[in-house]
Amino acid sequence: MNQAVGGCPTMNYTFETIALVVGAFLALLAVAFTHDSLFAAHMWVLFFVLLASSIVMLRRVSFAPVTAAQKAAQQTEYFDEVIRYGVIATVFWGVVGFLVGVVIALQMAFPDLNVEPWFNFGRVRPLHTSAVIFAFCGNGLIATSFYVVQRTCRARLFGGNLGWFVFWGYNLFIIMAATGYLLGITQSREYAEPEWYVDIWLTIVWVAYLVVFLGTVLRRKEPHIFVANWFYLSFIITVAMLHVVNNLAFPVSLLGTKSYSAFSGVQDAVTQWWYGHNAVAFFLTIPFLAMMYYFVPKQANRPIYSYRLSIVHFWSIIFLYIWAGPHHLHYTALPDWAQTLGMVFSIMLWMPSWGGMINGLMTLSGAWDKIRTDPIIRLMVVAIAFYGMATFEGPLMSVKAVNSLSHYTDWTIGHVHAGALGWNGMITFAAVYYLAPKLWNRQRLYSIRMVNWHFWLATLGIVLYAAAMWVAGIQQGLMWREYDDQGFLVYSFAETVLAMFPYYVIRSVGGALYLTGAFVMAYNVYMTVKGKLREESPLSRATPALQPAE
Amino acid sequence: MAEKHIDELSGVETTGHEWDGIRELNNPMPRWWLWTFYGTIVWGIAYMILYPAWPMVNEATKGVLGYSSRAELAGEMESARLAQGGIMEKISKVSLEEILADPQLAQFATAGGASAFRVNCVQCHGTGAVGSQGYPNLNDDEWLWGGDINAIYQTIAHGVRDTVDADTRISDMPAFMDILQPEEVRQVAAYVVSLSGTPRDASMIEPGKQLYADNCASCHGESAEGNRDLGAPNLADAIWLKAEGEAEIARQIQAPKHGVMPAWNARLSSETVKQLAVYVHSLGGGE
Repeated sequence: MNQAVGGCPTMNYTFETIALVVGAFLALLAVAFTHDSLFAAHMWVLFFVLLASSIVMLRRVSFAPVTAAQKAAQQTEYFDEVIRYGVIATVFWGVVGFLVGVVIALQMAFPDLNVEPWFNFGRVRPLHTSAVIFAFCGNGLIATSFYVVQRTCRARLFGGNLGWFVFWGYNLFIIMAATGYLLGITQSREYAEPEWYVDIWLTIVWVAYLVVFLGTVLRRKEPHIFVANWFYLSFIITVAMLHVVNNLAFPVSLLGTKSYSAFSGVQDAVTQWWYGHNAVAFFLTIPFLAMMYYFVPKQANRPIYSYRLSIVHFWSIIFLYIWAGPHHLHYTALPDWAQTLGMVFSIMLWMPSWGGMINGLMTLSGAWDKIRTDPIIRLMVVAIAFYGMATFEGPLMSVKAVNSLSHYTDWTIGHVHAGALGWNGMITFAAVYYLAPKLWNRQRLYSIRMVNWHFWLATLGIVLYAAAMWVAGIQQGLMWREYDDQGFLVYSFAETVLAMFPYYVIRSVGGALYLTGAFVMAYNVYMTVKGKLREESPLSRATPALQPAE
Repeated sequence: MAEKHIDELSGVETTGHEWDGIRELNNPMPRWWLWTFYGTIVWGIAYMILYPAWPMVNEATKGVLGYSSRAELAGEMESARLAQGGIMEKISKVSLEEILADPQLAQFATAGGASAFRVNCVQCHGTGAVGSQGYPNLNDDEWLWGGDINAIYQTIAHGVRDTVDADTRISDMPAFMDILQPEEVRQVAAYVVSLSGTPRDASMIEPGKQLYADNCASCHGESAEGNRDLGAPNLADAIWLKAEGEAEIARQIQAPKHGVMPAWNARLSSETVKQLAVYVHSLGGGE
C-alpha cells in the first residue's frame, strides 16, 4: 500500500494495524449482539486472534519515514519474505494435518478415542481434510506460486503488501474454519464445511490472490507466459468460481452461524460434487502440475520434455475436468444422462491427466542418474508415479460397473490418499526442500540424508495406507453385495465394519510413518533456517560425488 | 523470435523460450498418448449414442440401448424374485405353523429372517442374537412374552410398548419407591437373588419373602416363575435382563426401567416379519 501513496514518505503498517483493531472491535460487537451462542464463541476466537495480531503489528509500526533505499528495494527485489512465511506455514500445517489424520484413523479402529463433543470423528474429520487440503496444500500453493511467478516473469510480486494480506488472510480463514469445526459449526458440504461468513472472507482473500498473481503476470519482463503460470492462474480463477457457486446460501441471521443452501435436492447434490470433484481437479491437480513444471526442471536441470504436449494437455485437462463431478453420484437420484456425462468425461480425462505425468517423467530423461544421489528427485519421481496411478484409478472408478462396487467403500479413501499422500504430499515436500536453502540463502539443506529418511518413511507409509484401503474397500464392497442361494444378504453392516478392523490398524500405522517423515522434514527445515549444516557422508557411495564443503 | 537452441544431451531443438533457466524441448506429443486420447473420445461418443446422454428441451436422449438405471434395478429385483420360485408368495399366504411344517418353506424363511435380522435387529440384540444388558438374548429358553411361533410373531409385529400400535405388548411394573421402605426393598432384593442360588442370611430372606408374596407374586408368580401374559420375567432362573447384582435389582424395584421395541409391521413387509419370527424361533428357544 505504501507504493500507492507515490512520492510521499509514509509509515509502515499503519493502515494494516488500524484495520486489525477495527476488525477486533467488530468481532466484539458481534459477540455482544448475537443470540447464537456458537456464533458468539466463534467471534470470541476471531476477536482474540485479531487482538493478538494487532499487538504484534503495533510493535512493528515504524514511525520513521520509509527511506528512498527501502522504497527502491521494495520495487526491484523479489518479494520473498512472504514466501518464507508460506513455507513455514506449509510445514506446520502439514504436521498438524497428518497428526489429525492419524488421530481419526485410530478413531476408526478404536472408537473409544472419540472424545465428545469437540473431538468426535464428525468434527475432527473435516479438520483433517481441511488441514491437509486447504492449510498444507493451500499454503504450499500460495508460497510456490509467489516464488515461481516472480522468477518466471522476472517481476516483483504485484500489489505491495497485498501479498501479506493474502497470506495472513488465508491463514485467518483456516483458523476460523478449524475452530468452527471443533465448535460444531458446519454447513455439511464436504470440503466446503465453513459457514457463510467464513466463506465470504475466503472470497475476499481469494480475489486479492488473483490480483497479486495476475498483476505480476501482467508486469512480466518475459515475452511468453511460463507453463506453470497457466496452471496456477487456472487454479486461482476456477477455485474462485467453484467456491462462490457452491457456497451460495442464505444466512438465517447476519449475527448467526446457520445458513441454508440456495439449491435443494439433487441439484444441491450435483452442485456440491461439481465443486467437490473440481476441488480435487483445480486445487489438488492443476496447481500441483504447475509446481511440477517449475521444480522438476529446476532440480533436474533439464528442459521440459515437450512444449506441445504441455499446451494440449493443459487445455484438454481444464476443459474435461470440470464436467466429471457427476460420477460421484452414480446410481442416485441424479438423472441417467448426467451420470453418463460424468463417466464419459472422466474416461476422456485419462490421457490429458497423463500428459502431465509424461512431461514430468520425460523431463528427467538425461538426469536419471540423479535418482541415486538426489532424494529430492526421488520425491518428485514417486510423486509423479502416484499422480499417474491415481489419475488412472480415477477414470476406472468412474465407470458405473466399477463404481457400483467401489462407491461408499474405503477404496475411495485409498484412492484419494494415493493422490494426496503420494502426489500432493511428495511434490510439496520436494518443493519445500528445494526452496528452503534458496529462500534463507543457505549453501544447502541441513541434511540430505534426512530427506532420504523422509522419502522412505513417507513411501512406506503410503504403501501400507493404500494397500490396506484397497483390500479393505474391495472386501467391504463384496461383503455388502454378498447374497446367499435364496437371494438374501449374507452380512450385516456391523459385520462388515468388524471385518475392517485389521485394515484400519494397518492404515493407522501407515499414517504414523507418514507423519514421522513430516516431523523429520520439520526438523530439517528448522535447522536449515537456523543456518546449520549436518556433517554427513554423501548419499551414494557408488559414485564418488563431490564432498560438500564444510 | 528467439534464436534457435539445441539441447546438447538429447539433440532436440528447444522452443527458444527461457524462464529462470528453464527451457522447453520441441518434442512432438507421444503417438501412443495421442491415439489413446482419440480412442477415449471415440469411445465416449459411442457411449453417448448407446446410453442416455444429451439433455434436450423436455428430456434427455434415451440412447440406442434404451437403458435406464431404474429399469435396471427393476429388472434385477424381478429376476431375484423369479429365482426364488414363488416361495415368497407362498410364505405370505400360509400360516406360521404351515411354514414350520414344510422343510422347504422353513429353510427359506429362516434364511430370509436371518438376513432381515442382520439389517434390522442386530443393533440391539447383537449379531449372534445374544443380546446385552437391557436387550434380551434370543437364543435361550427364557421368553418375556412367550416363545411359541405365534407369540414371537405377535411381539415382532406389534412391538413392545410401541407408542402407536394398539396391539403392542405392554405392561407397567410400578415404581416401588413410593410403596416400600428402602430397607424393605433391600430385603426383597436379597430374597430375589437367593432364588437363583446366591446365599443370603435368613434375617434378610425371611422378611423379603413375605414382602415378595404381598407385592410381587401377583405378577411374577408365587415361586417367581414369571407370567408371559404380563411380560413379567422369571426371577428364579439366574437370567438378568435389566439389573445385575443385588444393588441394581433394588434400584430396578424402586424405579423400574422398561424395555421398548418398535412395531415392525409398520416398517417391514408381513412376509419379512413372518420370516423374522421363523428365524428367531429357530435360534434354540422356540417352543
